[in-house]
Amino acid sequence: MIELQQLCRDFLIGDQTVHALDHLDLTIDSGEYLSVMGPSGSGKSTLLNMLGLLDRPSSGEYLLNTQVTSSLKEEQRAALRRDHIGFVFQSYHLLPRLTARENVELPLVLAGVAPKIRQATVDELLRRLDLSDRAAHNPSQLSGGQRQRVAIGRAIIMEPDLLLADEPTGNLDSKSGLEVMALLEELNAGGITLLVVTHDEEMGARAQRRLHMVDGRINQDWRPGRTERI
Amino acid sequence: MAVLTRIGGPVGPKEYEQALMRVYDLLAFNFRVITRQRVRSIMLLIAIAIGVLAINLLTGIGEGGKQFVLGEFNLLGKNVLIMLPGKKETTGGIPPLTGETTRDLTLQDAQAILRLAEVSAVAPLIPGKIEISHGRLSREAFTLGSNRAFFEMRQLDIAQGSILPDVPMDQAVAVCIIGSKLRRELFGNRPALGQWLRAGDSRFRVVGILKDRGQGLGLDMNDVIIIPVASAQSLFNTEGLFRIFIELRNLHDLDKSRDRITDLLKNRHDGEEDVTLIAQDSLLTAFADILDTMTLTVAGIAAISMLVAGILIMNVSLIAVSQRTREIGLLKALGLPARTVRIIFLSEAAMMATAGAIIGLLISELALFLARRVYPAVLFDTPNWAQVGSFIVAIVTALVFSAIPARRAANMAPVDALLDKKADQA
Ligand SMILES: Nc1ncnc2c1ncn2[C@@H]1O[C@H](COP(=O)(O)OP(=O)(O)O)[C@@H](O)[C@H]1O
Ligand SMILES: [Mg+2]
Repeated sequence: MIELQQLCRDFLIGDQTVHALDHLDLTIDSGEYLSVMGPSGSGKSTLLNMLGLLDRPSSGEYLLNTQVTSSLKEEQRAALRRDHIGFVFQSYHLLPRLTARENVELPLVLAGVAPKIRQATVDELLRRLDLSDRAAHNPSQLSGGQRQRVAIGRAIIMEPDLLLADEPTGNLDSKSGLEVMALLEELNAGGITLLVVTHDEEMGARAQRRLHMVDGRINQDWRPGRTERI
Repeated sequence: MAVLTRIGGPVGPKEYEQALMRVYDLLAFNFRVITRQRVRSIMLLIAIAIGVLAINLLTGIGEGGKQFVLGEFNLLGKNVLIMLPGKKETTGGIPPLTGETTRDLTLQDAQAILRLAEVSAVAPLIPGKIEISHGRLSREAFTLGSNRAFFEMRQLDIAQGSILPDVPMDQAVAVCIIGSKLRRELFGNRPALGQWLRAGDSRFRVVGILKDRGQGLGLDMNDVIIIPVASAQSLFNTEGLFRIFIELRNLHDLDKSRDRITDLLKNRHDGEEDVTLIAQDSLLTAFADILDTMTLTVAGIAAISMLVAGILIMNVSLIAVSQRTREIGLLKALGLPARTVRIIFLSEAAMMATAGAIIGLLISELALFLARRVYPAVLFDTPNWAQVGSFIVAIVTALVFSAIPARRAANMAPVDALLDKKADQA
């Protein structure tokens, strides 16, 4: 379970302070499927980075499973990211010199999993992602949809509780975009909490809960049968 | 080991094993990344290789020179003078090492010196390196062509058999005396006396084995083969003598004896003073000079080349850090702790340094091997301390100079790194 309390994130640009997140309150239950929409610069990515422990708040508190995260050391945050959080980015962020297989395998290496177990796990996952015949290819030899599937594979190989996707279909044609969304939703059906930032109304409408952001605030929190205007 | 346990955090046996695995795998992963980054890796390799090459080559040459000079006076008695071809104009300086000879010293010169009243013995010397073989075993050995008197002057004792036969210097005899180490390596436990050795195109019968003598300052006498000087002349296809050792009956009239010998040679060489005659004490002084200069030069050049390598490593690594900003950000986002990022960069530097050092070492060995071919008289050989030392210095340099880049990489905030706009999409 995730809880943000009066959370702020300010950036100093020149002598101007930008409130990328402005006193945000938000509670997310385990297993929820949320989409985050809103104009460019409204703070969607900043929110995702915050939830993913990639960034620290300027003020306010972020509780992860009732644990206060501000007191965690960088080392502990890294371990939490590794074991509990998966990221999917618009621009994939694959390591160009590693093969698809090695990219998917990477978190297991970081976690110190034995090669034998790694191999079995990666094989199984590549099959599920329909990437078995692409395993030995470098990212540059893959299509956009395939790259994003590799990135998703890397994000879920550690079986995280929370999957954060920042415009995962932004660089994809509509067919591969839909495939990627279907894959993410399948994972959510398996119990993972899923947050998807998107510009696409149709994609956003697939979520059970839809956040809309403007100027660092959530101005709409929609759930089936209940709309909150803040 | 301490490092490994720290990465894993708390330590049970399982955690320890995991930590070990993680480091091992990260290195393996990293190795793949390095080998797929050609230009950068090659630059680093070259920088390190040059540094190591410099150290090994310079000390190898220095050591060759040192052994060469030491070999001159090592164990020589005070009443022994050394004659070498070529005239050194200034006195008290460094005697010529290779001898830019105007005229060869010949066996006839040596025989003429021996006829002088104040001279009790003369030992000519032609050194060289040549392939020695017996049966299927073969190795390169330092070969000395000389005579019977040489053994006494150099205080070489015989463990088995006899020294060179008492024959005129210009008479070639197919016999040899070998050092104990050479004997072991060619014959093992089988008897060597009376056996035939092949040296180049000639064959020699082993008539004596030198008594074991620890590695002295000069040449390792356990590892030599001694043959009659006339045989060495034909073996190495040379007329000229490298040195003539002259033993005086007494030391009373040293200066007068020197003059007599010099005059004799001048007469024999059409009135030209084209040989150098030195006594042990002047050699010692000259040797000290050489050694000091050499040590300083070696240390200086090696230090500079390593410094250059280090700075190159630092720059290249800094470039690498900024090129790999997104990569590092991603790894951190995936949960790689800062200190592991540091270890990755340091281990990469260490790996490159090791590979570069090996390359440098191989090139220097090859160069010295060729040098020995060209100047067989000088035993160019890198001392072990320099080989080990250059390795350590290379790795330490690489680690020290990649510390700053590694630190920068480790301290990068994951989100900033991921947002790096410069990098293109992958
Ligand atoms: N690292 C940063 N440094 C400075 N300003 C930033 C940084 N990240 C985000 N911002 C600013 O914060 C605001 C929100 O950005 P972002 O969360 O990326 O918006 P969105 O993802 O909704 O387009 C923007 O005004 C942006 O310029
Ligand atoms: Mg964004």
